[in-house]
Amino acid sequence: MYALVDCNNFYCSCERLFAPKLENHPVVVLSNNDGCAIARSEEAKALGIQMGTPEYMIRDTLQAHNVKVFSSNYTLYGDISDRVMRTLETFVSKMELYSIDEAFLDMNEMIYQDLLQLGIDIRRTIKKNIGIPVTVGIANTKTLSKMANRYAKKIHKDVGVYWAANKDLTDRMLEFTEVADIWGIGAQYAKLLTNNGFKTAKDFVQASDDWVRQHMSVVGLRLLHELRGQPSIEWEYEAPPKKNICTSRSFGTLITDKKTLEQAVANYTASCALKLRNQKSCTREIQVFLKTNQFRVQDKQYSAGRTVKLPVATNSTPELIKYALKGLNLIYRPGYNYQKCGVIVMDIIPQEQIQYSLFDNEDRKKQKTVSKTLDKINIAFGKDLVRYAKQGYEKRYKLRAEYLSKRYTTNIDELPLIKI
Amino acid sequence: MGFPSPARDYLEERIDLNKLLIKNPLSTFYFWCQGNSMVNAYIPDKTLLVVDRSIEAQNGDIVVAAVNGEFIVRYLKKKERKCWLVPANNKYKDIEITAEMKAEIWGVVTSIISNPKEIKNVRFS
Repeated sequence: MYALVDCNNFYCSCERLFAPKLENHPVVVLSNNDGCAIARSEEAKALGIQMGTPEYMIRDTLQAHNVKVFSSNYTLYGDISDRVMRTLETFVSKMELYSIDEAFLDMNEMIYQDLLQLGIDIRRTIKKNIGIPVTVGIANTKTLSKMANRYAKKIHKDVGVYWAANKDLTDRMLEFTEVADIWGIGAQYAKLLTNNGFKTAKDFVQASDDWVRQHMSVVGLRLLHELRGQPSIEWEYEAPPKKNICTSRSFGTLITDKKTLEQAVANYTASCALKLRNQKSCTREIQVFLKTNQFRVQDKQYSAGRTVKLPVATNSTPELIKYALKGLNLIYRPGYNYQKCGVIVMDIIPQEQIQYSLFDNEDRKKQKTVSKTLDKINIAFGKDLVRYAKQGYEKRYKLRAEYLSKRYTTNIDELPLIKI
Repeated sequence: MGFPSPARDYLEERIDLNKLLIKNPLSTFYFWCQGNSMVNAYIPDKTLLVVDRSIEAQNGDIVVAAVNGEFIVRYLKKKERKCWLVPANNKYKDIEITAEMKAEIWGVVTSIISNPKEIKNVRFS
């Protein structure tokens, strides 16, 4: 048996934890740069606010219903997520972090006979100890546990737990779930299935292996088996290293000058380099791109990207900045209002597999020591405290985050204040 | 190189207050508080409270509660099936928690970290 534990409206719940006033009040959290609604409390969902809608399109609704709006506070969400996940770890010996607010728990070694009770215990503990409401779905496979979780949210909201303990209880949720709502079925396959008479997941499990293999490849077949209760998806106890890493952002204001773009590119590169070092890998290719805002019809439009190959794979911040700025230099054109730029590192390899070049003239040993020290200082004293000159100290390209709450759990000056 | 230290074999780790003050790091949160309604409970102005959510609040505990949407710090007093939030300063009133009130215990205060300068003029009653 597997369980999928999922935090309800996670970002909204984090905000509410330190703002008890917002209990039962509609809350919306906006994406980076205050662009779109990415989390909605139940009350906000009831107002018809859709996931991913740009803020300007719902501004009237937000105002009319006095919806409390937040910019995304990833420092807070990250800390709360960590607390939730580590608490979940105390229940099982094997667990897979699936996203910031979801985890799969391996329950095959559980001594508990009554997994429903275990689910209820998990839910109660997380709510009590951390203050975050979660929903638990338990079933034979990952795909079914995901479905059980969704079913619990829709049908057994008060309990917040669903255990598909036997065929009857599994069939009930299969019947309830339309093919488009099966985890792993995209819009294309949903259409294909409906056109072929498969309306619900219950219909789909009766499809023949051959038909599914033929029309939905081996991935579809694996999914079919999962729905039939045979575990067929790999279990990933540790996240695999990322294949490529992208850091890009829209600017708070439009940028025209090269110097500010250079700073942004240097910062995004530094962020990619840090992620590479954290996952112990190096890159052999870095791409820089920039673009204007296509929705500003009054502006001249331009967008470009350039990939730079590195002589030797690296994860050193100054070296990567050097190549990223070379790339930027090749694509930058003056006279445009730039809205976004970004850096992608590709062709990532484990750092033990670097092939050195005969003509390499970087002092790699020294670079490694510098990077290590830099990371240590920044971990101890604050993100980006020590940085390369090219990163600058200007904040102009920084994100727009007008409705940011405090870092209630990680910064001593921003702890919640009680007037007593 | 000089002489090896005779204390070398007797080294111990320095005192770590975190170990003393935090039993359950995952459920422990911190609050600043301002004001003097709890001054006789050794919570003067500008105190840092260590709050553990995982503990079940008992009669007489100092708790952080959310009452009608506002955080408050008080003694929890339970008597004859009634619940009270009681200040530690007789200038303030007790609050009875009633059914029509929106009230929940947010966490239990497990340590009080304050500056002695803030307590020195307080006269405990």
